[in-house]
Amino acid sequence: MRAPTSDLPIRFENVTVAAGAVTILDGISLTLNPGTPTILIGPNGSGKSTLLRTAMGLVRPSQGRVTWGGREDVPPTRRAIVLQRPAMLRRSASANIRYALRASDVARTEQQSRIDELLALVGLGQLADRPARRLSGGEQQRLALARALARDPAILFLDEPTASLDPAATKAIEDIVHAVSQRGIKIVMATHDLGEARRLAGDIVMLHRGRVIETGPAAAFFNTPQTGEARTFIAGELLV
Amino acid sequence: MFTRRLLMAIAVSAVFAGSAFAQDKSILVASTTSTQDSGLFGHLLPMFKAKTGIDVKVVAQGTGQAIDTGRRGDADVLFVHAKAAEEKFLSEGFGVKRYPVMYNDFVLVGPKSDPAGIKGSKDIVAAFKALKEKGIDFISRGDKSGTHQAELNLWKVAGIDIATDKGPWYKEIGQGMGAALNTAAASNAYVLTDRATWLSFKNKGDLVIEVEGDKRLFNQYGVMLVNPAKHPNVKKEFGQQFIDWLVSTEGQKAIADFKINGEQLFYPNASDPGA
Amino acid sequence: MPGDVSALQLVLTGDPALLAIVRLSLIVSLSAVVLAALIGIPFGAALALIQFPGRQAVIVVLNALMGLPPVVVGLAVFLALSRAGPLGSWGLLFTPKAMIIAQTVLVAPIIAALTRQTIEDLWLEYRDELTAMNVGPVGRVATLIWDARFSLVTALLAGFGRAAAEVGAIIIVGGNIDGFTRTMTTAIALETSKGDLPLAVGLGMVLIVIVIAVNALAWTARRAGERMAG
Ligand SMILES: Nc1ncnc2c1ncn2[C@@H]1O[C@H](COP(=O)(O)OP(=O)(O)O)[C@@H](O)[C@H]1O
Ligand SMILES: [Mg+2]
Repeated sequence: MRAPTSDLPIRFENVTVAAGAVTILDGISLTLNPGTPTILIGPNGSGKSTLLRTAMGLVRPSQGRVTWGGREDVPPTRRAIVLQRPAMLRRSASANIRYALRASDVARTEQQSRIDELLALVGLGQLADRPARRLSGGEQQRLALARALARDPAILFLDEPTASLDPAATKAIEDIVHAVSQRGIKIVMATHDLGEARRLAGDIVMLHRGRVIETGPAAAFFNTPQTGEARTFIAGELLV
Repeated sequence: MFTRRLLMAIAVSAVFAGSAFAQDKSILVASTTSTQDSGLFGHLLPMFKAKTGIDVKVVAQGTGQAIDTGRRGDADVLFVHAKAAEEKFLSEGFGVKRYPVMYNDFVLVGPKSDPAGIKGSKDIVAAFKALKEKGIDFISRGDKSGTHQAELNLWKVAGIDIATDKGPWYKEIGQGMGAALNTAAASNAYVLTDRATWLSFKNKGDLVIEVEGDKRLFNQYGVMLVNPAKHPNVKKEFGQQFIDWLVSTEGQKAIADFKINGEQLFYPNASDPGA
Repeated sequence: MPGDVSALQLVLTGDPALLAIVRLSLIVSLSAVVLAALIGIPFGAALALIQFPGRQAVIVVLNALMGLPPVVVGLAVFLALSRAGPLGSWGLLFTPKAMIIAQTVLVAPIIAALTRQTIEDLWLEYRDELTAMNVGPVGRVATLIWDARFSLVTALLAGFGRAAAEVGAIIIVGGNIDGFTRTMTTAIALETSKGDLPLAVGLGMVLIVIVIAVNALAWTARRAGERMAG
């Protein structure tokens, strides 16, 4: 029962998001096209998470508008997100995935095999019956990824999914992201890790203080940054 | 899993509560705490039930409240002791007919030390005057019950307007007989009580009977069917059966037979038309 | 008159009259908690999730209603159920059903207010995830209630404790009829008025033991459940 038309491209038209007197996103215009992963970079507090949540449809712009495939207010049936701090439902790891499968109307008979497959994919096969809230931070992050993939999305938003992982687990996640992207799913991922951005990016969107500073293909961005902020950031200096 | 089973059990108990109490052959009698607390009903009702199969449910209240319960149509039968109030109830059309059933008597109890110096007297009016003059602690129920109304009446007979003459010695507690006795026992005060409650009361402390036997202390009980013309829900057949039994030879004997520690508490007098 | 035997002994020896009192107390209070939960949990959950003008005022009033005086509730239910009152034709006054109604009125605000708090906290945590999974309003409520079930048990226990302990409401609407509407608390009030303080204290101890037992049972269930579900 999926909408036949695509949610892509996602277009931000002069989007401002404010919380009270604080402006979090400031007049953003941006288009997210199908294709290779788009990586959002920028220092802490630059607005990456807010931009992802707005693109997901969780946050409404205070000004401007967001369209999905040219339409407004498209329910998130073909989008999924791994939040920066994912909330674990108070159930077992496998029941968390089952919940997502049920929410996207996957037939009951198919659910168990999908659960096993997804848990194995993120390396949690052994922990299927563990209460999700008893998993470590890294395990929760991976479960959230499996739960997002359970929705069989056309677009997957990832908000620093490797931030609390060790190098081996980070590699595992990056491999999954790569594989998912290969299957034609659009990845939009936030990170403040430049190495990770280099490894995964098709193109880059750099944010600073709620504004888009620079966008472009990854190679161009890293080799010939156009702005002072980008140069500072890429050089690994503190951008405040 | 466990919680689901627990909830099931609770739900079942709720359904059970709905059905378990469906009893039709029963009447509701609004009566006074004195008849209930003395154990008289515990003595009478099993006999009546054995004879007729009718369950009598007794709500024990102060007489004022019991009469109000009848007035609202929430009881089938009234069994109270405040003749004036009962006759008013009848004249307003809420009752069908008043039947005298029995009497018991009030006694004035107080501390063994008897600070009012009235012990052994048979003159309740003189005793009340002494309490007032000496300003000795007295507990009044203050709840418009039959006992309270009897007490107010005695003050009037003693020529004392208690509403204006009461001092700090006169304490109205607005509660039942038991609470009044508990209060008197705890504060060494005098209190007017019916003999039945007094005899079965367990927390007497230092209290003893000071004044008894005065005719003015007699306490007449009457029984009335609530008027079905005013309240169609009244179970008039069963209610009338109960009344008829109470005033029958058999019922009157059962009342006389009720004793606590060998002492008779209620004196049947259904045959006395003036009672 | 069992004046010189303690109530605990009567229970242990299975005195039928006393067991009937204990049984009625449990039936009335547990039924009231079930009914109050059926009303209070959905109401509390709705209040947690739905924004509307005056919502804050409703929450303040609801929290205040947690402290409703039992005698006032008793009086209100009495006036409603009395033959002379609006629901008089139901003929429920001076029956266990009237007592269940009064205690339901007393307990529902407690369960609703605690549910509102619990569900609102959980909603803050789940909102983004459930919205992202495109879960509709009914599914949200169901998920939040189910995932908050262990905290909600605490709300039910608070309600049960209040119901089991109160006497003011049920004595007015039940009439404390021997063998019919006499519960542990109304029996305690009666024995106290008869000056039978040892029996009253004994009954009080039985009541406390039962409340502790119900709480221990629910606590054990909650712990076991939490270990399984996290
Ligand atoms: N609900 C909110 N109310 C007020 N400020 C907020 C809110 N959400 C985010 N912010 C602020 O907006 C800025 C951007 O936040 P965020 O999008 O989380 O940035 P990033 O993910 O890049 O670290 C931060 O300064 C943050 O404190
Ligand atoms: Mg962030």
